[in-house]
Amino acid sequence: MSEEALRTESISKSFGRVTALRDVSIRLMRGEVLGLLGDNGAGKSTLMKILTGFHRPTTGKIFFEGKEIELKSVSHARALGIEPVYQDLALINEVNVYRNMFLQKELMRNKFFQILDDREMRRLAQEHLKQMRVNIPSVDVEISKLSGGQRQAIAVARSVYANAKVLLLDEPTAAMGVKESAMILDVIRQLKEKAQVAVIIVAHNYAHVFDVCDRVNLLQNGKITFDRATKDTSVEELMGLVLHEMREAREQIEHPKL
Amino acid sequence: MPTEPPKSIPESQATPKRPSRLGVLGRAFLHSREASILIAGILLVIYFQSTAPAFLSWSNIANLVVFAATIAILAAGEVMVIICGEFDLSVGMVYALAPFVMFYAHEAGVPYVLAIVLGMAAGAVVGLINGLITVKLHIPSFITTLGTLFIINGFTLTISGGFPVQPHPDPFIFAVFGGPLGGFPVSQLLWAVAITALFQFILVKTRWGLHTVATGGNLLGASEVGIKIAWIKIGNFMLCSVLGAFAGMLDCFRISSADPLAGGTDYMFRATASAVIGGTLLTGGSGTVIGAFLGAVVLGILSDGFTLSGVSAYTFDMILGGAILITMVINVRLSKLRAAGGGK
Ligand SMILES: Nc1ncnc2c1ncn2[C@@H]1O[C@H](COP(=O)(O)OP(=O)(O)OP(=O)(O)O)[C@@H](O)[C@H]1O
Ligand SMILES: [Mg+2]
Repeated sequence: MSEEALRTESISKSFGRVTALRDVSIRLMRGEVLGLLGDNGAGKSTLMKILTGFHRPTTGKIFFEGKEIELKSVSHARALGIEPVYQDLALINEVNVYRNMFLQKELMRNKFFQILDDREMRRLAQEHLKQMRVNIPSVDVEISKLSGGQRQAIAVARSVYANAKVLLLDEPTAAMGVKESAMILDVIRQLKEKAQVAVIIVAHNYAHVFDVCDRVNLLQNGKITFDRATKDTSVEELMGLVLHEMREAREQIEHPKL
Repeated sequence: MPTEPPKSIPESQATPKRPSRLGVLGRAFLHSREASILIAGILLVIYFQSTAPAFLSWSNIANLVVFAATIAILAAGEVMVIICGEFDLSVGMVYALAPFVMFYAHEAGVPYVLAIVLGMAAGAVVGLINGLITVKLHIPSFITTLGTLFIINGFTLTISGGFPVQPHPDPFIFAVFGGPLGGFPVSQLLWAVAITALFQFILVKTRWGLHTVATGGNLLGASEVGIKIAWIKIGNFMLCSVLGAFAGMLDCFRISSADPLAGGTDYMFRATASAVIGGTLLTGGSGTVIGAFLGAVVLGILSDGFTLSGVSAYTFDMILGGAILITMVINVRLSKLRAAGGGK
């Protein structure tokens, strides 16, 4: 236990004049589930996309399994075992379920000509989705024919299938029903216990976070303002912190200090 | 991809009464995008044959094949570019340029086979430039290729001085790349069919095809999973231009002449129309090469049929335009019907 999986040191990220992250340091151990909370626009997705290799940080360092690393691309991160589920899911509407499941990690019948092995991808996708009890009509339908929750389940199943060391889940249960999200949380718990997978979950649902996470970080205006084990805090405390920020903001509007 | 019939019936959908295999294939065909365009083509043939009995004569079919084959080859490349979310206006100019590259290379002592490769390489360079400007400088490809369209045209006119040239290939080269067999444009037809088959295969069965669809269907999503969208786009621009170059050289051998004014925007628009008639969406993410081939055939039938029926050239364009619109409306209706019960 307690080997480090992923760590960031003073990461900042600016998009032109917008500073999305300032001086963010987080630490994630193997077999740990970290909940990342924060308001809309706080920078959660930006932080996740830096860890998936999609964005480069403006400043700061990333350590993977204790060694400093420059994540050159998403493929690079995925090859290391860092699997993302993006908030926008990154599924292709026009492509069927099983090909989406293997997107960019396709199985091939012929490596040289890059001919896809549809039969094998189809079989494995079917097997895996059944195991995860994802309820869809068939793996042959296009993503566009599925509901929001079903799509989300496919995206999560895709990342779980990849045998990741680190799973980065950006609001994985936002569009799901009670039963489906319980299912996903269950899968996450199993991964962490059986396979020592390290997980970061971005979520707005505090109950989910407290249900499955070992630790929570609060991201406010691009800064980590709170970092504690879930057993040492409570929903009320976190709510209090967020609402406190809101009250301050309101005071600013009513009595501007300038 | 809807062009692919499901390999077996998924258990969750299996009904107690299983339809026969033939029935499944038949239904899959009728549900495919190519079916409606094929049916439209057959109806047109019946119509023109009834109004002008010369329509199905060998000499007229030969005419039709010559026209459709060239456009089909151009359309195959255009389909790839359109599916990955871009557009190539310049391909007709590459069609005109490549024969001159080949001709002058041969004049300089390069054997024909190598000269043809050089002509295609010229196409590849144009495609690379189109792709790099579009992807790296973030210029919409509509603008990029509008620019290169004029540049290439000017370049071809400059190196040729505006005059056609006549290549004199040896019989072997002529037979393979341009030659009719018994008065019928066999090599043209075979090239068009082979290229269509190859590109349909690439599109539906290979990783390149899948990533092309992914790039056009969801650009951000494709890059989020690690697909090299820049390379996919540049590569497809190159494929399109190489096909344009190849089609230009085929026609040059066939008529034993390279004309700096051949091809151009007219061919580009016809190729694009073929792609669209064949069911390729201009919004990207969806299309078929076989459909574009059939689209080129239908366009050929229309042009040829109206010419035979003695419609004047002026009226002809109006009818052609109307026919394209009607075909499109029918196509959109049919795909709505197909997508009934789901879709975006
Ligand atoms: N690609 C981008 N270009 C410019 N600005 C961006 C980009 N991505 C994010 N931002 C900005 O960075 C800030 C943080 O955005 P981010 O998506 O990380 O928020 P979030 O915490 O995930 O919010 P939500 O809960 O709504 O998903 C926002 O102000 C956003 O406008
Ligand atoms: Mg977000």
